[in-house]
Amino acid sequence: MDSGLTAGSAPQPAEESAGPEAVLRVRGVSKVHHMGEIDVHALRGVDLDLYAGEIAVLLGPSGSGKSTLLNILGGLDHPTAGSVRHYDEELTTLDDARLTRYRRECVGFVFQFYNLIPSLTARENVALVTDIASNPMRPEEALGLVDLANRLDHFPAQLSGGEQQRVAIARAIAKRPEVLLCDEPTGALDAHTGILVLEVIGRINRELGTTTALITHNAVISEMADRVISLSGGEITGVRRNGKKVAPKDLAW
Amino acid sequence: MNALDRKLFRDLSRMKGQALAIALVMGSGIAIYVMSAAAVESLESARSAYYDKCRFAQAFTHLKRAPNALVARIAEIPGVSQVDARIVVDVVLDAPGTPEPVTGRLISLPKGLHEGLNTLHLRKGRFIEPGRRGEAVVSEPFAEANGIGPGDRVRAVINGRLDYLHIVGVGISPEYIYQIRPGELLPDDKRFGVFWMDYEELAPAYDLDGAFNDVALTLAPDANEAEVLQHLDNLTERYGGLGAYGRDEQLSHRLISDEIQQLRATAVITPSIFLAVAAFIINVAMSRLVNTQREQIAALKAFGYTRREVGLHYLKLVLMIAVIGACIGSAAGIWLGNSLTDIYAQYFRFPSFEYHISSKAIFLAFFFAAAMSVLGTIGTVLRAMMLPPAEAMHPEAPGIYHQTFIERIGRRGMFSPPTIMILRQLQRRPVRAVLSCLGMAFSVALLVIGNFTVDIVNYTIDFQFFRTQRQDMTLTLVESRSLRGFHEIARLPGVTRAEPFRSAAVRLRLGHRSRRTAIMGLPQERTLYRLLDVDEREVAIPPSGIMMSEKLAEILGARIGDTVTVEVMEGERPVREVRITGLIRDFSGTSAYMDIHALNAMLSEGDVVSGAFLTTDATKLPALYKEIKETPLIAGASLKKAALVSFRETLAKNLLITTLFYVIFSCIVTFGVAYNSIEVTLSERSRELATLRVIGFTHAETSYILLGEITILTLAAIPLGLALGWALAALTVKALATETQRFPLVIESSTYAFAAVTVLLATAASALGARRKLKRLSLVAVLKARD
Repeated sequence: MDSGLTAGSAPQPAEESAGPEAVLRVRGVSKVHHMGEIDVHALRGVDLDLYAGEIAVLLGPSGSGKSTLLNILGGLDHPTAGSVRHYDEELTTLDDARLTRYRRECVGFVFQFYNLIPSLTARENVALVTDIASNPMRPEEALGLVDLANRLDHFPAQLSGGEQQRVAIARAIAKRPEVLLCDEPTGALDAHTGILVLEVIGRINRELGTTTALITHNAVISEMADRVISLSGGEITGVRRNGKKVAPKDLAW
Repeated sequence: MNALDRKLFRDLSRMKGQALAIALVMGSGIAIYVMSAAAVESLESARSAYYDKCRFAQAFTHLKRAPNALVARIAEIPGVSQVDARIVVDVVLDAPGTPEPVTGRLISLPKGLHEGLNTLHLRKGRFIEPGRRGEAVVSEPFAEANGIGPGDRVRAVINGRLDYLHIVGVGISPEYIYQIRPGELLPDDKRFGVFWMDYEELAPAYDLDGAFNDVALTLAPDANEAEVLQHLDNLTERYGGLGAYGRDEQLSHRLISDEIQQLRATAVITPSIFLAVAAFIINVAMSRLVNTQREQIAALKAFGYTRREVGLHYLKLVLMIAVIGACIGSAAGIWLGNSLTDIYAQYFRFPSFEYHISSKAIFLAFFFAAAMSVLGTIGTVLRAMMLPPAEAMHPEAPGIYHQTFIERIGRRGMFSPPTIMILRQLQRRPVRAVLSCLGMAFSVALLVIGNFTVDIVNYTIDFQFFRTQRQDMTLTLVESRSLRGFHEIARLPGVTRAEPFRSAAVRLRLGHRSRRTAIMGLPQERTLYRLLDVDEREVAIPPSGIMMSEKLAEILGARIGDTVTVEVMEGERPVREVRITGLIRDFSGTSAYMDIHALNAMLSEGDVVSGAFLTTDATKLPALYKEIKETPLIAGASLKKAALVSFRETLAKNLLITTLFYVIFSCIVTFGVAYNSIEVTLSERSRELATLRVIGFTHAETSYILLGEITILTLAAIPLGLALGWALAALTVKALATETQRFPLVIESSTYAFAAVTVLLATAASALGARRKLKRLSLVAVLKARD
């Protein structure tokens, strides 16, 4: 894998001249899981940059290593080898406390299964994050952004899957993160609901300029991205820059 | 309140059944601790205030007769602060409304009523006025038991002459906070009373003009008690001194001290067990909670919550349960302590017995509850803290199961898949299975030790009153008399059998250890007063040598075959070496026994008796009682049946109340443990069980999987718990043993059965509840939900 991933697919001069800054810079990252007697190579020397304000879709089948990569980007996991830089800060050498601070201040997570706290209402689930963030929006505001202003006091069990995922997105963006990492955000949703969720993610990216990395195994979704990074067998097999982003509502799967 | 704390409260309210069960278990332990601590504090503060106020003496001795001039010499002993010389005699009384003879202890009061030691605290009426004939202040328990008070008269044979005691007041004394006749096991307030009278009246009646027969004294702050006692013995020896002793051998003082010591033991042992059980079950509950919330934990970490914040979150939950438990326990303990103090107030007479509980005890209660819960859950909390956040990104991998031992040895075919599931589940979480089982075993054990006090009391009473001391009545003579006195007693109406005994005050020495006690001389031919050896077989008294209670041997560090020095404290005061020929089982006091002839020979006396054990013809009792009251040579009568009846009316009832407390608490623990175990299993396996229902298993079959585990754990816990109960009972018996009182390790099979059945019932009740919950389980919802 060459280091010119950023140029892996016909770069557009306009963007080049704007000089998008790499928020996260991944170099030669490998991850080996030791499963008893065997070693599983989840990532094999991955190089990747995430640019400010873009939507990047990591596309790949199950087991391609995309979740592992996302975890490493989000400071949830350490790579076995390689370097991950957040601007000038090397994440791989940070201890748990510093990684926690990185997550606390810079990263918003959206999980496939929402991971809402069932005992807390929508508003309180968002407050969970705003309580510890330095410059958060109000939970109501964040929920307004995901069109849930009228569901503030509902518990997760009283919300549909799509609504739950939107609460999760509100929770992730309420701290105004630099990076929003979404792990199969539509994986548990039907097409119609999934599109609603993707629209929210797209809008947040547009309106707040949040750098967004989104994992999916659904090739259709990649059409809403600025760039599509394909993974397979723990390696990046291709990077494609979309000439024209398709609005989520026009996606069809 | 921040969102994480909100989650805390919601989690708590979701697991409220479990939390309450744990809090109640904890609260039960705390209640017993607070109750015991409060009783200890109340007793100690009341006693020390009383001792100070009424100048309770620190050393005592009784003698035959000494001139008043000796008082000044006693006062000169270095270390003596104040001396009180007085007359103390026992007489037989006739109290109105009480057919049986009553033993009265007459004590002379000093001229200046408030100057002496052991001063009287007046409850009713007035003090005696010098010069007025026959006036007496009576002890409160006796007055109450007999319904007498100022204005009443009690007929007495005072030194051979019939006389009346005119009650002018009712009082209490620090010497008789616990009023019990020396040598008795149980108090008998109806038939033993203390009377305080004018010295000028008692002295001529007992030929003690210008003399005294009893000394009480206080010590200077820097005094060496042992030296003072030695000096006192030296001074009183030629006046028939029976040996000086300090407060530690003063009967009332020692009984209260023993009670306090036992309360202290109770305050430690029982609550420790309860809190240990609480720690087990809170561990199981929290470990389950953390398991089911692992994705939430991981998400929290992904959002940037620190390990510390996550750990603190769960620790707060634990502490909230502990605080609820401590609050319930302290409140219950304070309330129960009050009732316990009321019970004590019936036996221990203080001028004011105020209920006292310090903030320190309450603080300790909260501290112990918190410490034990944290101790029980620290591993789980650490696990939550260390949970790698990346876990949030994927659902929990299926648990790793292995073939069980039974399957590996090739017996798989014997079991259905559901049974295999149960066995593998147990094997997968062996630590939790062991903890659940231990929790249950401890609750069985608690039920055993909650009930076995009743077994002990029944056994002791049977032992003491029916197997060893089988007389109906014991008569004591004013002074040791020749056999003629005995024959006189034997001829009294209604006496069906009489056996003499000789009692001699002695000090026994072995090496540097010594003990003041009495040797009882018994005839070879006897059926009433039996001696049992350590295996509880009847033993004959050897013609020579001495037998003693196991406890006395322990105090002296003596073994069979050792030779002890016997210093006789009466008569010629001979000193002899006697070989120990056997040990006797008994549960109170420090007795020693010899053949009556051997004892008399040692005393260089002929056939002398101190009293007799009698069996009586119940139909002729009124005549017998009348004779006893009018026979001058009888100093005291102790009636076994009367004492037993009054015991069953009072002490036994109170014992039953306290036992009931413990049993209720133990039942709470049992239900708490069973309920908790089932709740945990249900919440962990509901998804699995719902899946089974969906693929066609019946409700009965899924119930079997749910309840099989708890059934196996319960069945394993019962024998373990019974053994544990036995061990804890042994520990309790050891911890509660004092010199005045010891307890046999006796556990009736009914106690074991009660414990086992209660645990089975508690499990069954919890299981039925869980089964109903399982039936109501919405299959669709369970399968959809991921938590």
